[in-house]
Amino acid sequence: MTTPQRLVVVGASLAGLRAVEGARASGFTGSITLIGAEDHLPYDRPPLSKAYLAEAPGGPPDTTFRTEDTLRGELGVDLRLGARATGLDTEGGVVLVDGGAPVPYDALVIATGAVARVLPATEGLAGVHTLRTADDAAAVRRALDDRARLVVVGAGFIGSEVASAARERGLPVTVVEAADVPLRRALGDEMGMACAALHDRAGTDLRRGVSVRAIRRDGEGIGVELGDGSTLHAGLVVAGIGADPATSWLDGSGVALADGVRCDRTLATSVRGVYAAGDVAHWHNPLFGQPMRLEHWTSAAEQGATAAVNALKPAEARPYSTVPYFWSDWYGTRIQFVGISRADEVRVVSGDPADGRWVALYRTGERLTGALAVDHPTHIMKYRVMINRGCTWNDALDFARERNARARRTTAVA
Amino acid sequence: MKILLDRGKCTGLGICESLSPEVFEVDDEGALVLSTDVVPDGKLAEIRAAVTSCPTEALRLTED
Repeated sequence: MTTPQRLVVVGASLAGLRAVEGARASGFTGSITLIGAEDHLPYDRPPLSKAYLAEAPGGPPDTTFRTEDTLRGELGVDLRLGARATGLDTEGGVVLVDGGAPVPYDALVIATGAVARVLPATEGLAGVHTLRTADDAAAVRRALDDRARLVVVGAGFIGSEVASAARERGLPVTVVEAADVPLRRALGDEMGMACAALHDRAGTDLRRGVSVRAIRRDGEGIGVELGDGSTLHAGLVVAGIGADPATSWLDGSGVALADGVRCDRTLATSVRGVYAAGDVAHWHNPLFGQPMRLEHWTSAAEQGATAAVNALKPAEARPYSTVPYFWSDWYGTRIQFVGISRADEVRVVSGDPADGRWVALYRTGERLTGALAVDHPTHIMKYRVMINRGCTWNDALDFARERNARARRTTAVA
Repeated sequence: MKILLDRGKCTGLGICESLSPEVFEVDDEGALVLSTDVVPDGKLAEIRAAVTSCPTEALRLTED
């Protein structure tokens, strides 16, 4: 097989950018084309629901990763922004692009991410937003600047961060969550409830087990009609009800799909020369021996670089394995999770949820498989290292006891 | 090689600690502590990984 000379990356967010940078760092001197649906240069998303929404006289922080000069000049990227990929011809080896000529590739990285789910029948309704893109964040920020009354639909991480930003501005917030337990999939029942209590402490009105029946314009504002028959009046509605992998452009391409793009442990798709990275990739994580799709910063960055290097040197392709990690900031509290949440047992080992600060460990069989730290930043990465090494549950409990004893000694001395 | 930490950018997310725990540690207050600012022998690869993995781009490597 000849060495690929043309690398094409579809999706100009974190994973796409890291694919470009990873390819160059590996010594690739061929052409790189980066195709992005949005008009913006690649930018960072986590701040959009955090610092970006805070009251700031100087305006919100710019989350652009690299300048155009860096991308085109230093990295030698043919940058196609505002160009949505509409199809993939794997026989001909070309990416079809809306309003442009087909882009030929020798090696391809799919990094099209995920698309925020929209509440039914609200598309185009003024004042109703999702929060995924920079444009979304700018619209939400403007409404918060206007001191709009906020209703958040969905008590997941994005919704909770938006609620937090509004409370920090002193605005009233109601969060409506259809499930009885928020964050069940991300944290499990017990810890989902424990984190939900952070809303109560901050004065956010969290309504659990309440569905949204309809959303409509209501005079100057928006009426959010709930399943219990009541109506909430809002100036701003933000839907944080999850995201779906952006794969519709791959329909009929021959690339196997299953909740994202199906990949093996090296991030290779079912089609030779085509790899995937980031939120769109559903790959086999060797560390846990199971397939997973993550919507996390860390894995998107790492997968981007790995997918590009593997696509360019498939004979030397290396597997990508990771202990998943995500974080979220609510009301000045940092929530960090490592590992996977489905577990046989969850045990609080440090602190106390009643105080709003704690560490919980997740056990699967005799192994430590997850850890949640709420305002315990010095603990969390030690557990990530342990999970990566296949640490036993008992060793993790011993470690927790030792940390707690050390903390007590420190407190006693102070 | 030396490790440079920009405390104005660092928010203590700790990915560096999980990749290179002998060099980086987030303390109880969420501040990053470096056990050394000189890259120890044999640690360059993991420190490089830590630098590139920082979501706030708070870490850099420089020649002495």
